[in-house]
Amino acid sequence: MKNSGYFRELYVGGKSLIIGLGVTLKAFVQPIVTVQYPREKLEITPNYRGHIELVRDPETGECPCIVCGMCARACPSDCITVAGEKKEGEKKKTLTKFQLDFTKCSLCGTCVETCPKGAINYSQDYNIAGFTREEFHYDLIKRLEEKG
Amino acid sequence: METAVLYELLRMLISVVLVVAFVFINALIMGYLERKISAHIQRRPGLMEVGPHGILQLVIDGLKLIGKQLIVPKDADRTLFRAAPLLSFAPVVLPLIVIPFSPKLQVRDFDVGLIFILAISSLNVLAILMAGWGSNNKYSLFGAMRSVAQNISYEIPMLLSLLAVILMTNTFSMQGIVQAQGKIWFFLVQPVAFLIYIVASFAETNRAPFDLPEAESELTAGYHTEYSGMGFSLFMLAEYANMFVVCSIATVLFLGGWHGIPLPFGAYSGAIWFFIKAYGLMVFMIWVRWTYPRTRFDQLMNFCWKYMIPFALVNLLVTAVLVKL
Amino acid sequence: MPELTKISQPHRFFLNMGPQHPSTHGVLRVLLEMDGEYIIEPQPVLGYGHRMQEKLAECRTCTAFMPNTARMDYAAALPYNHGYAALIERMAGIEVPPRAEYIRVITSELNRIASHLLWFGALLLDLGAFTPILYSFDDREQILDILEDITGSRLTYCYFRVGGVSKDIDDKFVERTRAFIKRLRQRFDIFEKLVTGNVIFINRVKGVGIIDADMCRRYGATGPVARGSGIPYDVRKNQPYSVYSEFDFDIPVGENGDSLDRYMVRMREMEQSLRIIEQALDKLPEGPYRGKIPKKIKLPAGDCCFSVEAARGELTYYLVGDGSDVPYRLKIRVPSYSNLSVLPELCRGMLLSDLVAAMGSLDLVIPEIDR
Repeated sequence: MKNSGYFRELYVGGKSLIIGLGVTLKAFVQPIVTVQYPREKLEITPNYRGHIELVRDPETGECPCIVCGMCARACPSDCITVAGEKKEGEKKKTLTKFQLDFTKCSLCGTCVETCPKGAINYSQDYNIAGFTREEFHYDLIKRLEEKG
Repeated sequence: METAVLYELLRMLISVVLVVAFVFINALIMGYLERKISAHIQRRPGLMEVGPHGILQLVIDGLKLIGKQLIVPKDADRTLFRAAPLLSFAPVVLPLIVIPFSPKLQVRDFDVGLIFILAISSLNVLAILMAGWGSNNKYSLFGAMRSVAQNISYEIPMLLSLLAVILMTNTFSMQGIVQAQGKIWFFLVQPVAFLIYIVASFAETNRAPFDLPEAESELTAGYHTEYSGMGFSLFMLAEYANMFVVCSIATVLFLGGWHGIPLPFGAYSGAIWFFIKAYGLMVFMIWVRWTYPRTRFDQLMNFCWKYMIPFALVNLLVTAVLVKL
Repeated sequence: MPELTKISQPHRFFLNMGPQHPSTHGVLRVLLEMDGEYIIEPQPVLGYGHRMQEKLAECRTCTAFMPNTARMDYAAALPYNHGYAALIERMAGIEVPPRAEYIRVITSELNRIASHLLWFGALLLDLGAFTPILYSFDDREQILDILEDITGSRLTYCYFRVGGVSKDIDDKFVERTRAFIKRLRQRFDIFEKLVTGNVIFINRVKGVGIIDADMCRRYGATGPVARGSGIPYDVRKNQPYSVYSEFDFDIPVGENGDSLDRYMVRMREMEQSLRIIEQALDKLPEGPYRGKIPKKIKLPAGDCCFSVEAARGELTYYLVGDGSDVPYRLKIRVPSYSNLSVLPELCRGMLLSDLVAAMGSLDLVIPEIDR
């Protein structure tokens, strides 16, 4: 009886190996689950938080930013620079500079939450690559104008 | 007389060219199969970019490897380091000489064909040891030492299992062994020997789950850690060719070689059957590799000494007694 | 510990494992004094990923440190978020609405499963099996998709806020999570067949790297490492935080403290996490997802401490305030650091192959250790 463990080990071990082969064989005939990334792209969720960008007010077509600087102050990494000037005869300040240093941004979303006017939102850009750091210093006003 | 010698020389020349070409083509096919099968096992598409379904990817990879710089580490033993890939390549080409692809398609049929193959393929270990030692890298040396110990241990059950077949055929000639299987293939008569041979061949070719010499997660890449470019690809060629050799031996000794249901290709149908069987076994080896984890060194040895050798010996004894009766 | 600089006997030699090595998962370096394939003296060398997170916390307002917490344990960032948010809430006396607490528990548990699935694949990769990681990533991607839909990111979440969470969950989230629970329960069968039952796998991990309960206590190892050694310690049960006391779940423990036990504990923990998520989804209360918080959170003078159960063990934040909104000092007690400190004693006299198996079963995340 001493040897019964010897053969049982062989039997149990061999059986487990065959079961394992069965799992991979089943996976082999199942359809693939990945996509060929640059050729086909998955739809990303609209809630995706990319870098921030300025938005237009749908009614006026203008950016509702009032240059209060809340976002720049709230940012943990100091990556937002905002500047504005008060033009003659106008009540509020006009935005002249809104720069985002995306190299420092940690995508926490605090700026979007603190904005009292809802002037910034997350972009959907996720294909971002560049050769220099300067490529990630975004001029958000320019981006807004380019978007039309 | 003159022309006979000339024909013989021409025949040798053509054979050598064909055999070496086959080793390269085999590596291309196997590289593609390995990557494609592993991809589908993991539910990915695998190679898709170069050519339809990526069939030209391996050609591109080969060109890339040829174009790469050969880097010899500073403190390496230059002679050994350079010689090792070449030496690993030679012993896997030579066995192809005696493998009978079909009744006629064979370079030479030696009386001691099987012994010739086994003797030559043991040389591979020397190449791995040279690579490991010459690289002057501790990981390489670990890989080389493991490889030597593993190959030498597993040669014993492998030979014992083959011997059981030899007892039945009474010949070492590869062609003779195939001809003896006209009625029944030997894996039905000798199932234990067949299993033992298959398991041992995994260890002989350093394939998973016995790929300890090149265990990535432990030894980074084992004995070929320091190799780049063609040095590395010669090891890869050798590995795949080695796989083909062991699978061919299994085909010849257990799966009836070129025997099979007649196909409408006349004289070529034997060769087609041979390749179907050999590549079938190789696909099985790939399938196993992408399923199991790696064994540990002492467990590998334990398995050899506790299970494989006793079973092979008992099998040999039983065969001997039955043949004598 | 004295630094290893000289080999103790002439035939021994040093082997540098890492910082670039396939199985040190990141930038951990282990200096090994070897005798053949046996390890005589292992010494982990840390600090390759040091980013002075604790100092950074002293240089910014307490709420602005939140994104940094996710960068420590990138594999399970939400428990780190949770601990920090709860710490500030406890310190400043901020109430969190119940719905927010439930959302925190659900997302944290989902993240814990994602982290365990990552560990599962990585351990098997260490042991030389390439396929299981792809299967576990298939499931992990589902979690990441679910979490991305509400948190907006896939890995380094900054989802929790002081006083709640940044975004409410919707019916779609609930539906997808329920579907995922069903799916993962079926997938466990594959893991069981392919890995847990596999004789090669069992031989590689059974009896390897035995950590007994006493050793856990001496080094302060927590989480699945301690539970694998038979210590039923889990912060979620022992000092329930958030709403964990309202759920019915078990703490799986092992007996022998070997790598197999740690493996089994984590596998069963995933099932328990699924149970917690299921109950939380059933009980999910209505209401606001974010409480009222003062515009500027003042940290009172004094100290405060908060522990959560991260995916790798007990995570403790200790904060000293001085009346301003910037922490005077923040100390983070990370589980992986204590779990790693077991390594030298654990691996003395081990084979190199076993070191890989033992280290894989500790589930180390290096940026968390180096901080």
